[in-house]
Amino acid sequence: MADKRPAELIDGPGEQKDGAAAGAPSAFLEVRDLKIHFPTDDGLVKSVDGLSFQLERGRTLGIVGESGSGKSVTSLGILGLHNRRNARVSGQIWLDGAELVGASADDVRRLRGRKMAMIFQDPLSAMHPFYTVGHQIIEAYRVHNDVSKQVARKHAIDMLGKVGIPKPQQRVDDFPHQFSGGMRQRAMIAMALSCDPELLIADEPTTALDVTVQAQILDLIRDLQQEFNSAIIMITHDLGVVAELSDDILVMYAGRCAEYAAVEDAFHRPLHPYTWGLLGSMPRLDRERSERLMPIKGTPPSLINVPDGCAFNPRCAYKDLTDGKSIAERPELRELEPGHRAACHIPLEKRREIWNDEIAPKL
Amino acid sequence: MTGTGGNDGGNGIVSTSKNAAGADEPGTVTGGAPVVTTVKEPRPARDGEPLLEVENLGKHFPVTAGLLRRQVAAVKAVDGVSFSVRKGETLGLVGESGCGKSTTGRMIMRLLDPSFGKIKFEGQDITGLSQGRLRPLRRDFQMIFQDPYSSLNPRKTVGSIVGAPFRLQSIETEQGVKKAVQELLELVGLNPEHYNRYPHEFSGGQRQRIGIARTLALRPKLIVADEPVSALDVSVQAQVVNLMEDLQDELDLTYVVIAHDLSVVRHISDRVAVMYLGKIVEIADRADLYERPMHPYTNALLSAVPVPDPSLRGDRTRIRLQGDVPSPLDPPPACRFHTRCWKAQDICKQVEPPLVELSPGHQAACHFPENASVSATDEVAKAAVAPAAASAEDGTPGG
Repeated sequence: MADKRPAELIDGPGEQKDGAAAGAPSAFLEVRDLKIHFPTDDGLVKSVDGLSFQLERGRTLGIVGESGSGKSVTSLGILGLHNRRNARVSGQIWLDGAELVGASADDVRRLRGRKMAMIFQDPLSAMHPFYTVGHQIIEAYRVHNDVSKQVARKHAIDMLGKVGIPKPQQRVDDFPHQFSGGMRQRAMIAMALSCDPELLIADEPTTALDVTVQAQILDLIRDLQQEFNSAIIMITHDLGVVAELSDDILVMYAGRCAEYAAVEDAFHRPLHPYTWGLLGSMPRLDRERSERLMPIKGTPPSLINVPDGCAFNPRCAYKDLTDGKSIAERPELRELEPGHRAACHIPLEKRREIWNDEIAPKL
Repeated sequence: MTGTGGNDGGNGIVSTSKNAAGADEPGTVTGGAPVVTTVKEPRPARDGEPLLEVENLGKHFPVTAGLLRRQVAAVKAVDGVSFSVRKGETLGLVGESGCGKSTTGRMIMRLLDPSFGKIKFEGQDITGLSQGRLRPLRRDFQMIFQDPYSSLNPRKTVGSIVGAPFRLQSIETEQGVKKAVQELLELVGLNPEHYNRYPHEFSGGQRQRIGIARTLALRPKLIVADEPVSALDVSVQAQVVNLMEDLQDELDLTYVVIAHDLSVVRHISDRVAVMYLGKIVEIADRADLYERPMHPYTNALLSAVPVPDPSLRGDRTRIRLQGDVPSPLDPPPACRFHTRCWKAQDICKQVEPPLVELSPGHQAACHFPENASVSATDEVAKAAVAPAAASAEDGTPGG
């Protein structure tokens, strides 16, 4: 349908050429300066505005942020699921040496499901209610593999067994509504893994589930990662889930990256006031109960009118420390320590001081 | 009551509004003004008289079939819960989806009629009261709803939403409803000038504040909050939690907070009740429950919560429950948790463990409780014998 259009839309920006100059990256997945904008009647919605990150096989990247920070839009962008008629996608996405933003819809479709797959948040709406669970897994498998229905069915049963569904031979013929929430999410994972993808994107995979079921699903994802050595992007608003599973963490705010670091650094030495705010907002079971939570004031900004300068400045308690720079100038994402990046104008020493003296003791 | 009460309340409102607004400022949080009232009398009523007493409360939803809509089964959403809430305290009600916590909350509010059991509010039995008789009492117990989107009428202005309780209860306010509403908006940290705006002009957190303002309009004594923050973003969630705490100190409120998030419940509650399949399995003071959980289910729940500290990864001992919660249509006999419990023995399948006090203020319903002394465990055995004999006579429930 929209096969011709993407090419026209894409070849506008100059980043394309820079990318060609930089060549294919060595990382398994590399996203460079990804921008996803949606023109609307009210203005341009900059859902993702210049995002870059890398991911290797066998590693997990946690993308954290509040609703409207652009995390889900990013994941759909990587899978090429945005309708290019109403989304302006620019930048580069390199997956195992192939560039996806400029690729044709057909090329991306061949990769989707096989090389990269997604676990959606709500399995009840992500699965078709009219077809059996088995049918849907078989369909996904046969699109990418030239096998008979019998073989595919056997594969579907194997996959359901692998994700821990009891009596898979019988359950394969059940409809999604006959599964409980946790089992549906398992079936969803079985479907995503049916073609043995190397990149798995999990968009809030456990948000709709109860804690005990969540623990089961997180265990399952961890085990499957070890078995298949896949790269995982875990999108969530729950810092606990990220701390359990991720190797690296990317904190998004208003479509941009606020902080990008190894998970230990992000939790023990965060360098962005927004990350401090997230950590201070959460009641925690692993610490003494704090008398008061430390919320971030205000609410996340509209993506049509992202504040000038640092997008976080209207809510930042420390914006006075920047000599007005945070209002005037957009902070760059800088590497401050090896592997630890943050976009903030506050002098680095001052930030370390604030974290050590003011924030960390109160958590 | 309304005349002077409203006046006093008005003064209270003005003084609190500063605190409520200050709650949003991370810097002022610890030394903030609301602490003053807390210090004076942290929880005066902890041993005070109970405001709400619930005895053996239950709700069975009938499942009907056929032309005559004959009842063929019942969903035992809540199956005999008893607890009491003292004045000024916060009781947290936790459990997984389908455990009956929301149904319990709605029965306390008399939004659902209980199938059996008793609800006493300030010593008065309100279980059988007609809606007409109930209405004047309703100003004393109010509810905060989960979803700030569907619980506000999109076609009404904030002014008329928050002012509705005054109209419904035909309460005269000193300087008119508008003034009262504006004071309420200020109390919950909203701009009083937004009186004429519609709900869609507000963010999720602000909408939840509107809902809270409406709840507070009639100065209720008891507030049942059903998942008050679960629809909100983390940073906003903390704002609303702090607001609820400030209001409690300021207005001497009693809360029943229903939530599935164990860390939020620990933060906000004085006592916590854990529900599983329509029953309370454990109820204790906050610190007791979180530090020395007795029921295996509570242990499993606590160990399943992901901890936001990567250095603890792998260090924690985890209990992984297998499978899903059984259907409340046909709950397992005796101890309802035995199908998923790693400590289950034969007795768990035959005799229902009663909810007994195993240490002061700490009740649990388990034959093999953890963190309990030997004598306490004997207590369970003793208590279990009596009801078992009784239930054998009239046939075991659900059998």
